[in-house]
Amino acid sequence: MAIMSIADAYKSAIREEMRRDPSVYCIGEDEDIPGGMGGAFTVTKGLGDEFGANVRVALESGGFAFKGTENIGDDRVINTPISEILISGVCVGSAMAGMRPVADLQYGDFLFCMMDQLVNQAAKMCYMSDGKVHVPMVMRAPCGATNRGAQHAQSLESYFIHVPGLKVICPSTPYDAKGMMKQAIRDENPVLVFEHKLLYGGKRKEAGQLSATGEVPEEDYTIPFGQAAIRREGKDITIVANMLMWYKAMQAAEELEKENISCEIIDPRTLVPFDYDTVTKSLKKTGKLMIVHEDTYTGGWGAQLASWVAENAITLLDAPVVRVATPDTPIPFCPTLESYVIPSQQRIAEAARKLAKL
Amino acid sequence: MSNFPSNEKALGMYKKMYQIRKYEESIYYLFLEGIMPGTIHQSTGEEASAVGMLYDLRKDDWMASTHRPAGHDIAKGISVKAMMCEMFGKAEGCCGGKGGAMHTGDISVGVIPANAIVGGNLPIAAGVGLAFKMQKKDNVVVCFFGDGASNEGSYHETMNAAGIWKLPVVYVCENNMYSANTSISLTCCQKNVAADRAAVYGIPSEVVDGNDVLAVNEAAARAIARARAGEGPTIIEVKTYRHGGHSRNDACGYRPKDEEKLWIQGRDPVKNFRKVILEHNVISEEELEKVEAGIEQEIEEAVEYAKNALLPSYESALKNVYWEG
Repeated sequence: MAIMSIADAYKSAIREEMRRDPSVYCIGEDEDIPGGMGGAFTVTKGLGDEFGANVRVALESGGFAFKGTENIGDDRVINTPISEILISGVCVGSAMAGMRPVADLQYGDFLFCMMDQLVNQAAKMCYMSDGKVHVPMVMRAPCGATNRGAQHAQSLESYFIHVPGLKVICPSTPYDAKGMMKQAIRDENPVLVFEHKLLYGGKRKEAGQLSATGEVPEEDYTIPFGQAAIRREGKDITIVANMLMWYKAMQAAEELEKENISCEIIDPRTLVPFDYDTVTKSLKKTGKLMIVHEDTYTGGWGAQLASWVAENAITLLDAPVVRVATPDTPIPFCPTLESYVIPSQQRIAEAARKLAKL
Repeated sequence: MSNFPSNEKALGMYKKMYQIRKYEESIYYLFLEGIMPGTIHQSTGEEASAVGMLYDLRKDDWMASTHRPAGHDIAKGISVKAMMCEMFGKAEGCCGGKGGAMHTGDISVGVIPANAIVGGNLPIAAGVGLAFKMQKKDNVVVCFFGDGASNEGSYHETMNAAGIWKLPVVYVCENNMYSANTSISLTCCQKNVAADRAAVYGIPSEVVDGNDVLAVNEAAARAIARARAGEGPTIIEVKTYRHGGHSRNDACGYRPKDEEKLWIQGRDPVKNFRKVILEHNVISEEELEKVEAGIEQEIEEAVEYAKNALLPSYESALKNVYWEG
């Protein structure tokens, strides 16, 4: 076992998959520029040393030359123009032609610049051709509010669970990050990977980041999609929360334990496919469901889970479903306001106390 | 006509053009009869572009088309029968009845499912070209788009990168002068909407009479050779005209009648090339009429076959949302 950050776990997964399968390649803005960050959050930094990248190189005679532009196919780390339609379209086309692109979005908010390619193209090609073509591609989307204002802050996963043909995952431990990234790269369909900026633990420090380093096996492994993880066992309330939110729910649960409120915390890990079974099993024990996500309230994935439970498992409930989410606002810059709108340990604990009394 | 092709090739190109013309005509009448579902964006009048560009492409080269794909599809090698079945939404259609008129494709003959988002196919073709480069293949991609697509953001993002990376893609702008109803002169200040904007991306371009199949074919040969040799993309702008409307209910009230007469009667690519091959004694008129009758019969048979073919099972509507192997 090695101890590593989530950023390094992603890097390790991508590197090993690139070694294993020559069709895997990385593409994105600032993907690996010498002296740069490696994406926005260090995940792809250094991959160009092993797999080649289109970069500027210093000449011994002085001055610079540029390598890897005209012979772009020789390298497997591709630095692109700031052109999200291009990046996503290149992923779709190259995936149909036998490659396995892993694209870095820098900020998930930029997904909106490529919506046509993701929703009309990547998600529909297999279906429209009745399986004659398919699109194995990975889109890595850093998400979460981090004092950067409204356009570098969103938790976007719920937009994409509405699109048939896409898979949506949100790993949040180093072990999951590595195993699920490998699974995503080997998947035959487009997979959106949401990576929370405050959980990376990379060299780029973020205000409010959590330490999410952990053990990662040396040997090759994958984690199948559609299997939730029970982060904490409990008997009074089932809390389903993803990414940063389950960490906050864990802190709230410690607090609540002292008040004799026992919380079971489920991290769905993948939103498409969703592991409803694990939630149902937990509800048989607790009878109370609370959903926590950083995404805004209306139409978030919690709404889907709540309505699924209403349709399929309402008799297990002893109280109304409670959702704790960001209110329906853009994310404000002011750190105090940002902390106010993002679900906090206190808000989660308070909502759980009320639910426990019902 | 310094490089008039062999008789076999000239006749082969004519047969494809005639096949596309008759296919589109039969689709038109099937719509008028009200027995074909959906909508149509017909390529009648643009046959020389499709056939000239694609005639010499290898089967394992790829092609990316638009919402007006039938001519390209047939020229690249999808059978009329598989096309017709798809138009009727039948199980034996080239997309199992799940694609429809604007998404026809068959990757076994190098046809990417056609794209009904204007400009949507441009970066996808770049991606295919990048894949060919990474796989060290000498294949090329031909990507068609309309004059209207040259005003999409995807066009500029794609051409910028294709130029930097020297991708093996031939981008073909079929400039029929109208973006649906709107004259291209209202939406672009360049006379040659794609070619005049190619140089800024470092991409060579050509402007070609798109209704002259031999001129198109010669430009195609140059561009395909460049792409195959690793010298990068070319933008070919073919000047052409659609004989019908943008889509099924479009009576073209926005086009001047004398313009229509000039293009449809004076510059008909199929009729004109027929004259050319007869003048070059490629075939006797009597023999040619037999060839044409054979093509018409093949299309009639495809229509009858498609009408009677089975619909897809209901279960198929839920299949291949995710790839099933």
